[in-house]
Amino acid sequence: MHPVLRTVFQRLALGVLTLFIVSLIIFASVQMLPGDFAQAVLGQAATEETVAAFRRELGLDQPAWKRYFDWIGALAQGDLGTSFSGRASSGVDRSRPVAELVGTRLSNTLFLAGFAAIVSVPLALVLGITAALWRNSFYDKSVSAATLTTISFPEFFVAYILILLLSALNPIFPSLADVTRDMAFSERVYKTALPALTLTLVIVAHMMRMTRAAIINLLASPYIEMARLKGEPPARVILKHALPNAWAPISAVIAFNLAYLVVGVVVVEVVFVYPGIGQLMVDAVSSRDIPVVQACALIFAATYILLNLLADIIGIVTNPRLLYPK
Amino acid sequence: MTQPENAYTAAAEVAQVKTRRTWKQRAWMELKKAPPTAIFGMVVIFLYIFVAVFAPLLAPYGEAEIFAQPYAPWTSEHPFGTDQIGRDILTRLIYGARNTIGIALATTFLAFLIGVSLGLIAAINRSWLDQIISRGVDVLMAIPSLIFALMLLSIFGSSVWSLIIIIAVLDSTRVFRLTRAVAVNVAVMDYVEAATLRGEKLGWIMKREILPNIMPPLVAEFGLRFCFVFLTIASLSFLGLGIQPPTADWGTMVRETSNLIQFAGFDLKAGLTPLLPAAAIALLTVAVNFVVDWFLHKTSGLRE
Repeated sequence: MHPVLRTVFQRLALGVLTLFIVSLIIFASVQMLPGDFAQAVLGQAATEETVAAFRRELGLDQPAWKRYFDWIGALAQGDLGTSFSGRASSGVDRSRPVAELVGTRLSNTLFLAGFAAIVSVPLALVLGITAALWRNSFYDKSVSAATLTTISFPEFFVAYILILLLSALNPIFPSLADVTRDMAFSERVYKTALPALTLTLVIVAHMMRMTRAAIINLLASPYIEMARLKGEPPARVILKHALPNAWAPISAVIAFNLAYLVVGVVVVEVVFVYPGIGQLMVDAVSSRDIPVVQACALIFAATYILLNLLADIIGIVTNPRLLYPK
Repeated sequence: MTQPENAYTAAAEVAQVKTRRTWKQRAWMELKKAPPTAIFGMVVIFLYIFVAVFAPLLAPYGEAEIFAQPYAPWTSEHPFGTDQIGRDILTRLIYGARNTIGIALATTFLAFLIGVSLGLIAAINRSWLDQIISRGVDVLMAIPSLIFALMLLSIFGSSVWSLIIIIAVLDSTRVFRLTRAVAVNVAVMDYVEAATLRGEKLGWIMKREILPNIMPPLVAEFGLRFCFVFLTIASLSFLGLGIQPPTADWGTMVRETSNLIQFAGFDLKAGLTPLLPAAAIALLTVAVNFVVDWFLHKTSGLRE
């Protein structure tokens, strides 16, 4: 087998193993719940029969390993369980399936993250590469100082500064990103402009600094110096010698930051009251709605792992040293 | 021909006793050479510590003292107005320094206690124990830490203690990685082997042989880790899942007063109120980052 393929398969297997262990952790965390959970959810007024029925529904009378395989099997069929909220001690059940809660919100979050990524990735790469090429110039220093400051800001600080400047003082964009399903694309973009801009500012700073460090590291390697000493034109040095080796670090930087976007989206969604999966998770955590929390955590963790896996694979596939085996 | 008395002679210079400086003098000499950003950072950090320590003396009112008028405008009586149930904002900002920084510091110390001791044990052991801890850490790091923290908080409920322990355990994974990576290089040194042959116990080797030699990267990591922990706790508090009221905390304050920002068009000062605690968080993080940057530059070429 080609060594590149073999390494790719190894990484894929490792990724699947990680996903399995992570799902195990997320499942096991519910087992650590203190006390009787059914009683806590249904409240003080619940009768013994409703508590017993709820326990049976949750499968608390089954052994843990059986519950795990039931859960993961249902998950594979797109069934994420039923939300706890809407259950009352009276026995009337108004709860909704988690998949229904998650569905539209997940697409909203992907829209916001995708919007931010489309703007920030090219911007950060251009800033990072130019800063690395003109290292220690005034341009490099001012860009670096600006990004170091933005990195230190919490997301909600950036968000509220933008709201203050672009919404409260100069009403250009709405501060409330209440998108709905049947909204025109242009209106949706307009409504999500501020959250996307906040995410872009936070991400660009990280990504630009990492790109700059990766490119500087690359330009310091001996074969680049050799190419320059041979008298190659600068454009050829960059495109022919540096770029093939730069794909791995650059894809790693992009994937790392997109994974960071997954986490940053939670705070930004809450600030702008954006109906996404991050806000759903925060609401579920405060009401201790465990099935929803589990589903959201699993989605976030899976995205994070898949992005990192993708970066690994791009790094392997584009590595010139692996493409020409000895 | 005679030499003037104070003329330079090489012999005299060689004969001179090399001036011995105490560590205080050496530290002072380094401080005088520090760049302006680092000086700015240190001044800000000292100011924050001063405010945190003397909070009860500096604050005009009590931490949870409630006045008649909620959302009062900025006046001489209430310099930054009052919040949604009529508590003085300035007072809560001052007490917030104490609570927010105190909790973040405690968390960082706990994370280092766990991370450094496990990292040293793994670096010395290098066999099955190392494998178990390292693989466990790999798995923990596969889940984004804010998401993991949210999940654990939904299970254990958000009290200050569960917050400290959860964040400390999650952040200790990064400390473990760094400690192990630098300690592995030191653990194979001859003097460590000599100590082992001498019959020293694990505790001595960890504390007296390895730890002093890996201090600089750990100190820098402490600063960076503090920033991360501080921002994570602020974010969780902002989401309403971190430090719970009535304890004054900056993240919670931003959340509580955030409605005021909509009135910035009518009263700019009111609109600025939610930005004050957020700026307090940002300023401290910037200051710590500046100092860490300088420290890294001084001790080694860890950054570039």
